[in-house]
Amino acid sequence: MVLELQKPRPIWQIMFSTHHTDVGLLYLITSLAFLFLGGALALAIRAELFFPGSQIIADSMTFNRMFTVHGTTLIFLFLLPFASAVGNYFVPIMVRYKDMAYPKLNAIAFWMIPPAGALIWLGFADFTWYATPPYSIISAPGPAADMWIFGLKILGISSVLGAINFIVTILKCKHPDMSIGQVPLLAWSFLTSSLIVLVAIPTFAAALLMLLTDRLGVSGFFNPAMGGDPIAYAHLFWFTFHPEVYVLVIPAIGMMYEIIPRFSRKPIFSHSSGIFAFVLLSMVSFSSWAHHMYATGMSFTEKTVFMIGTLAAVPASAMHVFNFIATMWNGRIKFATPMMWAVGGIALFFSAGAGGVVNAAMPLDFQTHDSYWVVGHFHLFVMGTIAFGSIGFLYYMFPYVTGRMYNERMGQVHFVLSFIGTVLVFFTQHVLGLYGMSRRVYDYPPIPEWIAMNQIATVGAMIIGVSMIIFLINIIYSSGKGKIADTDDPFSLGGKYYWPYEAKNPSH
Amino acid sequence: MGHHSNWPEWVYIGVVVALMVWVGAEAWNAERLVEHIPADAEVIKVTGQQWFWTFEHEDGTKEIGELHVKSGKAYKFEIMSKDVNHSFNIHDYVVLLDAVPGRVNTVWFAPMEVGEHDIQCREYCGLIHYNMRAKLIIEEDESS
Repeated sequence: MVLELQKPRPIWQIMFSTHHTDVGLLYLITSLAFLFLGGALALAIRAELFFPGSQIIADSMTFNRMFTVHGTTLIFLFLLPFASAVGNYFVPIMVRYKDMAYPKLNAIAFWMIPPAGALIWLGFADFTWYATPPYSIISAPGPAADMWIFGLKILGISSVLGAINFIVTILKCKHPDMSIGQVPLLAWSFLTSSLIVLVAIPTFAAALLMLLTDRLGVSGFFNPAMGGDPIAYAHLFWFTFHPEVYVLVIPAIGMMYEIIPRFSRKPIFSHSSGIFAFVLLSMVSFSSWAHHMYATGMSFTEKTVFMIGTLAAVPASAMHVFNFIATMWNGRIKFATPMMWAVGGIALFFSAGAGGVVNAAMPLDFQTHDSYWVVGHFHLFVMGTIAFGSIGFLYYMFPYVTGRMYNERMGQVHFVLSFIGTVLVFFTQHVLGLYGMSRRVYDYPPIPEWIAMNQIATVGAMIIGVSMIIFLINIIYSSGKGKIADTDDPFSLGGKYYWPYEAKNPSH
Repeated sequence: MGHHSNWPEWVYIGVVVALMVWVGAEAWNAERLVEHIPADAEVIKVTGQQWFWTFEHEDGTKEIGELHVKSGKAYKFEIMSKDVNHSFNIHDYVVLLDAVPGRVNTVWFAPMEVGEHDIQCREYCGLIHYNMRAKLIIEEDESS
């Protein structure tokens, strides 16, 4: 299995290509660029919160714009395009087809991302990634807010096009000898997450248009002054974005399903329970959206329904964790860089899930809601689980993409520092939330415990920052000057049965 | 695939499901008790607007940025907003409810000890969200 880039090509050949590995490479480079941009904003935010009072950011408006663009960037311009990169490289190979089902559509879906990213970054809106009305209608300054709305609209269309492509590629283009049950779990993760996208995104797409016309003053869907209801927006938003959490996390779990058996030198414990848990997760992801809204004044019955819906997602997630541990059990594990990231990601996935159960329990949610606990909680998912799985997978696919090996020692240092940093930042933020610190604040009162915990979190963030610089140097240097990789077995794992999809199609 | 027995996975899933049922039942029961507003609770109208809190007592007295209550009494907050969404939060008493324009949300609490506590806004509301604060001052109840 070799995934291009072996011989130098002019850049325009890659840019105008519709081949799945070229589009995958474009997705990969774009998503990494936005990872570093969004991460830089995070470091600035943490530096500002190191002490109470104004530090490096001049005013609260700039700060508000920074955390808004930080969140929007890392979710929509890093995590989603990164998953698309992996899907583009691997899904066609795994289902043994020559390309994605619709190569031109594939390239179009990618090329919607740079203009959307430009709109978001040039606008620099301030209304949080949740764009909550009526603030976003009557108070948020334009044209930043309008540019954000158009940017998200374009990204939504791009996601839907990508999802259609993955679904058709997997269901219709897989090799006739291959039953759907034999499709590898990584491809299954793209099938289920794409199905979620198709069902979930249109709701937010509609809400965005309504938000725009509300801003223009020609409608009042979410504007109470015109008889609208802001809570309706909250429902529409979370109906899309709670399932969207699973759109992000399911491919990351799929990537771990690729890494864990390879480096444990054992087949996956249960392929069928992995499929079952993916399908179950994609369905229950739609039953829990309003658990984000307990504090909006919901009735006791509503809250009970959404609490049950939320807790229902736990067994399916737990099945994945079981599958990973059972696969590693008695395996001859090689802790190379990708395996470290995957195992670290699973540990943090477990912690994030445990915190999620606390949020779901109604009385406890009123303790944690909109506090730093929530910030710590979802960052354990997006950073600790999804980004860890993704970065691990980047190391894993690196030799196949570049034909060269990354520096193993630097990769391991990157992991160790990132893991320590992640625990320092996000575990501390959970405690900070229990002390009552509100999220999305530019400044905080000088309470000694708050200062101490904010400083621990900032130190953790800087450690992650250092690790990411090591990462950047490693990938840039190694893709040009790294050791030539043995693409048959770059990690010296031995044995061939780890490559079920490739063994039957050696000439791909 | 298929070369191992599946019973450990089933036991594990059973344990997870049982845990979730327990958490759900406990949470349901606790929330049911917490949400029961005592009949004699005094009403305080809370209004959030960019970027301060206004309180109106039953006898018509108004306060801005400070809320004086008596210990040992139950109070019911009727929370409103004049502009955008806010969230009324007395963290020390786990009082948290959004102030949504066009709606009245109710939550209650009963302060037990004399003291001062922070009131803050927990929902992003713009420029000075970070400093949309007030003081809760709990005083001795002289009438009893």
